[in-house]
Amino acid sequence: MISVMFERLQERFEEIFKKLKGQGKLTEDNIKDSLRDVRIALLEADVNYRVVKDFLERVKERAIGQGVLTSITPGQLFVKIVYDELRDLLGSSNVPLMLTGSPPHSIMLIGLQGSGKTTTAGKLAIFLRKKGKRPLLVSTDVRRPAAIEQLKKIAAQIDVPFYIPTDKDTPLSICSGSKEYAIRNYNDVLVVDTAGRLHVDEDLLNELIEQKGILSPSETLLVLDGMTGQDAVNIAKTFEERVGVTGFVLTKLDGDARGGAALSIKATVGKPIKFIGTGEKLDALEQFHPERIASRILGMGDVISLVEKAKEAIEEKKAKELEKKLLKDEFTLEDFREQLKQIKKLGSMESILGMIPGFSKFKTVIDFQEAEKEFKKMEAIINSMTKKERLYPQIIDGSRRQRIAKGSGTTVQDVNELLRKYSQLKKLVKKISKGQFKGFRPSIFMR
Amino acid sequence: MGFFEKIKNGLKKTRDELKTRIQWALKGTFDESVFLDIEEALILSDCGVETSSKLVQKLREKWKRGQLKDEKDVRLALCELVEEILKEVEKPISIDGVKPFTILTIGVNGVGKTTTAAKIAKTFIDNGKKVLFGACDTFRAAAIEQLSVWAERLGVDIVKHKEGSDPAAVAYDSLKAAQARDIDVVILDTAGRLHTKSNLMEEMKKIKRVVSKELSGAPHEILLVVDATNGQNAIQQVKTFHESLQVSGLAVAKLDGTAKAGFIIHVAEFFKIPIRYVGVGEKLDDLLPFSARDFAKALIEEE
Repeated sequence: MISVMFERLQERFEEIFKKLKGQGKLTEDNIKDSLRDVRIALLEADVNYRVVKDFLERVKERAIGQGVLTSITPGQLFVKIVYDELRDLLGSSNVPLMLTGSPPHSIMLIGLQGSGKTTTAGKLAIFLRKKGKRPLLVSTDVRRPAAIEQLKKIAAQIDVPFYIPTDKDTPLSICSGSKEYAIRNYNDVLVVDTAGRLHVDEDLLNELIEQKGILSPSETLLVLDGMTGQDAVNIAKTFEERVGVTGFVLTKLDGDARGGAALSIKATVGKPIKFIGTGEKLDALEQFHPERIASRILGMGDVISLVEKAKEAIEEKKAKELEKKLLKDEFTLEDFREQLKQIKKLGSMESILGMIPGFSKFKTVIDFQEAEKEFKKMEAIINSMTKKERLYPQIIDGSRRQRIAKGSGTTVQDVNELLRKYSQLKKLVKKISKGQFKGFRPSIFMR
Repeated sequence: MGFFEKIKNGLKKTRDELKTRIQWALKGTFDESVFLDIEEALILSDCGVETSSKLVQKLREKWKRGQLKDEKDVRLALCELVEEILKEVEKPISIDGVKPFTILTIGVNGVGKTTTAAKIAKTFIDNGKKVLFGACDTFRAAAIEQLSVWAERLGVDIVKHKEGSDPAAVAYDSLKAAQARDIDVVILDTAGRLHTKSNLMEEMKKIKRVVSKELSGAPHEILLVVDATNGQNAIQQVKTFHESLQVSGLAVAKLDGTAKAGFIIHVAEFFKIPIRYVGVGEKLDDLLPFSARDFAKALIEEE
């Protein structure tokens, strides 16, 4: 269903553009229907209605007047604009945990009933331990039956110390008691699991504020069910206003929920989403990557790749350097290998070649799988060379060729073939630098 | 206290919002924009784009036929439309003539299955029935302890095995015990599972198989618990669980916040699964039989 949504979006756009042949620009008129489709996609993904409205306004602003590049279709360009805007709104990168001040630090987990706070507490403890911390797990949930027992069991499972309260303890006495315990036992981070509560429950919100007063946590994370609907905005806003949060954890994203709540809370509260929960197992906690959620919400994983892949995989700098080297005739086997690596990073040959203007015509005549195999072989051969051989290929004699063939699991013929290709490429480079290929820039090929 | 009374406070915010929006819209000329505002309000209640536009379309037709004159008309008409859809699924659970009546509670993680199971037990106990719990959530840490605490508080029997044991075996033993002890209602509380995990759905099917083998006709109720704060994914949950387990009833938990669970309109229309209960609070008594009229009223109309 997800990819269907995207396909429809793109198809529809191509259709509109067919009618508007000759227009190389996105205009208010020709993006109207596509905007409507994006709206439906976002609402179906549970992004808040008002957030969607604002979002579409921004997309419109960004899109109108954009010239369409020859290398991508207008549909792809529009989708890219939507995606970029979504990613920017979600935050440009992952924001790590901030444990400031002197230890022991506290991380408080708050949220509605059943959002996944207790499981997240266990997952966070593992995460912190991996970072070299000595976490202490604490539960102030004296309300839900066996909630404290649950965290105690999780702590035992993952072998993390757990603060054991008495029956007479209150949430507040557990807060102060666990802090002292942490100091005595050299635990530098307290992960405090609190009872689930509704954002409309004034008494319980006040209790949370009191707990916060004792713990003065470095992080107060609101744990939110990834399947939450339109109400995500109210939940996040109220917890932020009343209690104050430093970030979010979005859980249960291992299902098929599109996670529109991520966009809703980010747009409304502005605090970063720090982690996402992706499974019942205690290692299923991932740092939040805006790009991934952006694709998920729009349901267009593969598509973006067409436009994005090239940009992300090839660092522009490397391509530029290569271009310079090629032009200066310093193109060594080392560079050749680098180029092969870059191509591999891009993913399938077919997709990169498809990105090169005019290349799509050849799609049917080239056996891409064969070509990729060939690339792998070539890389293996260069890998089996010494650095000196890569820089000065002229020293590669018969016995060296035999050694390289053995090392790379190929034959001497393969090695010869590679050296032949390399010298051909070098010749081509020379021609380019002499201006015999007018307008051709190696970096164009790279991108 | 009725269902409407219970949830009206929680629903007040939206209801007021919806009311204000309609009022605001009607202050101007009564035109198309009114319907856009109604659509917005419905979407904000998690009714979904499709359902919302369909409802609005129907209102629009009524308006064109001259059946709607003022704000009150619009609200009443919308309320009637929603009630009409929900009326079909307003069917309370009936245990008459079946003993032990076996209920299998299922749902995704954290929706409130165990709490709902305890609340359901309370309704039967209040009617003089003997209830037994089967602690089939052998997966989640301390899930067995959680149900045990409820069993103790309610004074009902519980059948439990060790954590990590086979849930189907617990179900089997629960039925055996129920038959031996003259129990009226068996409630099997299962582990939360995302509907997308096929292996866990298979495990669920096995529990169902074992139960039906031991007692013909059982489980008499496969009760899917959904979380009112969920959005459109709840529809996906109902669809998938229904496809693999043939859900016979729904319980909507956590309806005491500001979430409206508008998705149940779509669910009612497309799956026609009876809605048995709504959970409206943390106390044991906070479980009420579903009422289409109250739900529609609370969502749209004032008292």
